[in-house]
Amino acid sequence: MNFDFSEEQKLLQQTAKEFLEENSSLVHVREIFEADAGYSKALWKGAAELGWLGVSIPEEYGGAGFGYLEAAMIAGEIGAYLAPIPFSSTVYLAAEAIKRAGDDAQKTKYLTGIASGDLVGTMATTEKVGSLTEKSINATFDGSKLSGTKLPVCDGDEADFAIVLAKEGSGLSLVVVDLDAAGVERKKLQSLDPTRAQAQLTFNDASATRLGAAGEGWDLAQDVLTRAAVLMAFEQLGCADRAFQITFDFMMNRYAFGRPIASFQSLKHRMADLYADREVARSNCYWAAWALENDHEELREAAASAKISASDALDHTTVEMIQMHGGVGYTWEYDCHLFYRRGKVLAHTLGTTDEWREKLVTKLIEDAA
Amino acid sequence: MDFNDSPEEAAYRAKVREWLDANATLRDPDAPRANMLDEAEGDYVQKAKDWQLTKHEAGWACLRWPKEFGGQEATAMESVIFNQEEGRYEVPPSIYGIGHGMLGPTIMAHGTDDQKKRFLPNMVKGDEVWCQLFSEPDAGSDLAGLKTSAVKDGDDWIINGQKIWTTGAQFCKWGMLVARTDPNAVKHAGLTYFIVDMEAEGVDIRPIKQMSGASGFNEVFFSDVRVPDANRLDAVGNGWRVAITTLMNERSSIGGSLGGGVGIKDLVKLAQGVEINDKPAIEDGGVRRKIADFAVRRSGLKYTGQRSLSALSQGATPGPEASIGKLVAAIMGLEMGEFGMELQGAGGILTSDEAGADPAWQHTYMAMPGLRHAGGTDEILRNIIAERVLGMPGEPRMDKEKPFKDIPSGTAR
Repeated sequence: MNFDFSEEQKLLQQTAKEFLEENSSLVHVREIFEADAGYSKALWKGAAELGWLGVSIPEEYGGAGFGYLEAAMIAGEIGAYLAPIPFSSTVYLAAEAIKRAGDDAQKTKYLTGIASGDLVGTMATTEKVGSLTEKSINATFDGSKLSGTKLPVCDGDEADFAIVLAKEGSGLSLVVVDLDAAGVERKKLQSLDPTRAQAQLTFNDASATRLGAAGEGWDLAQDVLTRAAVLMAFEQLGCADRAFQITFDFMMNRYAFGRPIASFQSLKHRMADLYADREVARSNCYWAAWALENDHEELREAAASAKISASDALDHTTVEMIQMHGGVGYTWEYDCHLFYRRGKVLAHTLGTTDEWREKLVTKLIEDAA
Repeated sequence: MDFNDSPEEAAYRAKVREWLDANATLRDPDAPRANMLDEAEGDYVQKAKDWQLTKHEAGWACLRWPKEFGGQEATAMESVIFNQEEGRYEVPPSIYGIGHGMLGPTIMAHGTDDQKKRFLPNMVKGDEVWCQLFSEPDAGSDLAGLKTSAVKDGDDWIINGQKIWTTGAQFCKWGMLVARTDPNAVKHAGLTYFIVDMEAEGVDIRPIKQMSGASGFNEVFFSDVRVPDANRLDAVGNGWRVAITTLMNERSSIGGSLGGGVGIKDLVKLAQGVEINDKPAIEDGGVRRKIADFAVRRSGLKYTGQRSLSALSQGATPGPEASIGKLVAAIMGLEMGEFGMELQGAGGILTSDEAGADPAWQHTYMAMPGLRHAGGTDEILRNIIAERVLGMPGEPRMDKEKPFKDIPSGTAR
């Protein structure tokens, strides 16, 4: 057996790490944060040139034609370096939705545009504060025009197109809409992490085309969210790994009572627990990556498990990161809050941890029957 | 990325299955199974010895050991495959884990040729069972604080003291004992390692009744017990180094199952069968979230084991991730026991099924505090992760420089 990533995949990860070390420093992340600039256009261009945006897009649409394991390797480094780019919205969600359900014209237009770096995409499901359910959808699609409001939409202020969940007749459908079209209004929303900016999108008879069959929107959206959750879990795990490492380095070099604070058992035991949390998450992530790559029937369970444990590990790590840095951990100047903010945003982006717990337990009950 | 056997592994597995099919019965995978010796019943020692002899005669015993000592020089992965397959059959609980896993390799590393010839083949064959005599009432996590004394008398050593938590002492022929031979030396320098005949004059074995009511361990008292110098392992004063070899072989149960006898499916079924607020508990949001969190930890442990196995299969050493297994499993087991009891309301404290209670959860609740101590406490495991895996500094020590006799230890009264 070889329940691990291949040497080629690990090499890709190393390349991604080196590129981001150079091009997504925390200084650069801060520039985008403080300028409220949405995302780093330079970094996005670099990611396109490296072929990351089309990593799992077939070659016939200009992609690299890799599988999901390669995408997972890149996602982990995107998370580690807090890369301020709309990678998850475009690659995990928009590209995946088009790949799963798009017709040839949609694939040609959007997948080719994503792979080349010309198009930023996103997915818009929720319409208000509270959890996402079929009944919570009020946006409507009449076969050609879309109306309604979506919020919060990650990268919605900057994206070129969005995959939108809307009512069509008595069911729900997924539609794709160009966001510079007539009848689309965008409003930026203030949020925890301006480098993963949120927006409100309002549609008034905006032109849209359906993605997949009418009435299949809910199942399709869940399928896309499940698949995106696997890659997001890797992004979260990468983020947790780096937050942990920064904290560890700080503790080894910070002295109190004549000793490095890393020598205090009360802190060591908490670091050991954070390590255990991340290993539980890492193992679930590996399982989910395997299930995604093989389109295995365990995917729903594995994806939810990866997402829940990666969210928990990241939450615990960033909370402890601030605590273990002492008072400076709570300053604007130190980077702890960048991880704390990003961590929480990632945990909420594809549905909250409790929503994923509900999905997992639903599957476990089905299996126990 | 896959879970598949390589062609060689598949062929080996087929060979193992063929032999097991011919020599044992497949067990019902859903039937409860004793996973600790204190749950085993009847003449399990004789049954275990018979099974070991059967394996030995067919060439399936101590697979990884050198052939000259009765092993097969199999790979780590082959040994894992045999254990996986053996676990699918009705076989007696093993009484050889400590001997074959820890003490045999210690003799191979530190023993004389005579010691290896005398002890190892019989250990493989299984007619002589071995136990480990390390912990003492005042030396558990702080093992090097042990006080059992060994004093030279001609060609013998005279042993006096008390050992504790000795699994299987009542049926063992031999024990591996660390004793203090020089109380004037510094703590770790004054220790020596011995092989002790458990049937010798002056050895007194008493079972310890655990808080669960079961007795899986013993106290062993030594009163002027004579051990020939020929049964000293390695040099006088080298006992700590030898003990480290033993402990390094204390493998986490790679590929094995962890945690009590209760699983996620059991929890779902329990929650479907009891009510909260006049509705099935399984419909309660809080219950659902807790089940999900247990499931996530359980699968995380399962696939952590798969990552370690994968490393073995690739010919590498499993990574440090294996060190989290028992820490996470024991805490989760305790929490699952508590939760199963909570779901049963007032009946959650009943310990038999006569009134409709499901006492598996109650038994888990009573067993798990022991698992949190066994094989390294939660606290020691966290120290190991922090210091050896992560590389954080050790504690400042007050027991390193002075002679052992001047170091306070035990419980002040």
